Amino acid sequence: MKIDKRQRDGATVLDLQGKITIGEGDVALREAVHEAVGAGATNILLNMARVRTIDSSGVGELVAAYTTVTNRGGKLGLFGLPRRVLGVLQITQLVTVLDISKDEDEAAASLS
Amino acid sequence: MSSPVPQTIQLRVGSRYENIELVQAVLDEVLEPLEIDEESSYWMGIALREALTNAMKHGNKLNPEKRVEVGLEVTADAIDILVQDEGSGFDPAAVEDPLAPDNLLKTQGRGIFYMRKFMDKIEYDFGAGGGTKVRLHKKFGGPSVDVEGDQGGAE
Repeated sequence: MKIDKRQRDGATVLDLQGKITIGEGDVALREAVHEAVGAGATNILLNMARVRTIDSSGVGELVAAYTTVTNRGGKLGLFGLPRRVLGVLQITQLVTVLDISKDEDEAAASLS
Repeated sequence: MSSPVPQTIQLRVGSRYENIELVQAVLDEVLEPLEIDEESSYWMGIALREALTNAMKHGNKLNPEKRVEVGLEVTADAIDILVQDEGSGFDPAAVEDPLAPDNLLKTQGRGIFYMRKFMDKIEYDFGAGGGTKVRLHKKFGGPSVDVEGDQGGAE
């Protein structure tokens, strides 16, 4: 998985591209979130629009990222989820826990 | 690749995550000529990935010397996916409900739940000689996974 990092309105945006699956994408996501937090990021937005697929390990990493960020008093937001990726989170009721927005503007506004 | 049915394909791979991609590619090749709708193929692929992950990670403890046996039994109207590891087995009844409030934020424990959602039937068999065999059954043309919503991302 490819991850690009940028800043917007004081938040770190991670643009994810590819698969968040066991052994590769999940590790890349974990490292990117830890690196951002280590660099001082409080609020993190995950751009999911180019995530092609996610498995239970990838879902576990999203939960771990949420816990990591919120335990430090920050917010983690997800936006642009493809239908199937959103479906995987709906099935396990994580849409009731995670902060999911339709697009980046909505996600950025949710941080304030 | 021609895909006459019925057919059975047997694969044997080491417990390395990169082999999950290999096995899924074989499943895709098997399903493609059968003109299964893309939505069903996608969810079957995720179920296969979860079964392989469980076999490699929990069954074989990621020992690359331990093998995972995969069987794809395909007929004109259904598929059975068999995944067998060399582990010591487990108690399916002891697997926690990932939807329980106390479990919602756990980072593990959703794989079997997803397999049950994405396939019609899931059965476990624990052989006398050890190892766990899971059989995932899916009838073609049946109801698909109920997911809704679209936030405009690429699929």
